[in-house]
Amino acid sequence: MNTREFIIYLAIMALSTYLIRAIPFALLTKKIKSAYIKSFLHYIPYTVLTVMTVPGALYATGHVLTAAVGLVTGVVTAIRGKDLTLVAAAACAATFLTELLVYLI
Amino acid sequence: MQKNDFTRGLKNGIPIALGYLSVSFSFGIMAASQGMTVLQAVLISMLTVTSAGQLAGIQVMQSPGQYMAMLISQLTINARYSFMSVSLSQKADASFRGKLRWLLGFFITDEIFALAVQEKELSPRYFLGLGVLPYFGWAAGTLLGALLGSVLPDMVMNALCIAMYAMFAAIVSPEAKKDTKLLMVVLFSAALMCLCYYLIPALSAGLAISLCAVLAAGLGALVFPVREEEESA
Repeated sequence: MNTREFIIYLAIMALSTYLIRAIPFALLTKKIKSAYIKSFLHYIPYTVLTVMTVPGALYATGHVLTAAVGLVTGVVTAIRGKDLTLVAAAACAATFLTELLVYLI
Repeated sequence: MQKNDFTRGLKNGIPIALGYLSVSFSFGIMAASQGMTVLQAVLISMLTVTSAGQLAGIQVMQSPGQYMAMLISQLTINARYSFMSVSLSQKADASFRGKLRWLLGFFITDEIFALAVQEKELSPRYFLGLGVLPYFGWAAGTLLGALLGSVLPDMVMNALCIAMYAMFAAIVSPEAKKDTKLLMVVLFSAALMCLCYYLIPALSAGLAISLCAVLAAGLGALVFPVREEEESA
């Protein structure tokens, strides 16, 4: 990939991502009345995050087992009310320890 | 009150910034391992600020001239931001209009959205405060990852890659624990995604993500409509 190609790729990424974020935010100045759309908007962020995680996260590390351990650790610490940083740290630590174990075995 | 909004935002942004530091660190590593320069990796992070979109982006960049594929991958993976953007437009206070929305709309990410949407009335100062530290955390993490990535052993790299997903779990699971309807909707979306993932491998990940999320939320809204009072919870 040469510099020119990189710049075109980068421009496509940056522009499309920015417009997706800004257009609805800037142009929707009225309150939405529809109960259905409101409910949809309530659920959508959570379903997006969920489908990005399941099952993709299982293949993010070197081994399905280590990823699963990390993910479960993350969910458990999150449910216990720990903040973002601690959850991420705990998940990474758990994954690392399991990676070590798998490597040793 | 108004000035406090900015510092309150900054403070709430600290854990996100730290989380981003580790997540973008893993992006920096991946970018470097795919042959990108440090400058390229940092530019991508500073101009797009989108974990999943960036990941897909550097994969598309592996082959030359795939501009259409790039556009489609970004639109489908990042379509979720437009839904978040609509949600936030409903929370924005009276002073949050026009140019401010065009400018600050740039900061809409999964985690910043998750915090911002919990406001009853979202002020521009709070939103700016919320966005600043995570933004620089994201850039700094990418820089460090791209510089140090090649030095770290595989095991450490693998462990860091899980950080992004752990953050997603940290946003969804406490809310799903409080709200059974949300839990059902979320479980349904997960089941749907697994079906797509394992049974229809031809479907690209970006498209499957958008499809399954929209389907599950659409059906959820039909079966479990949310009443006014519950919505702000």
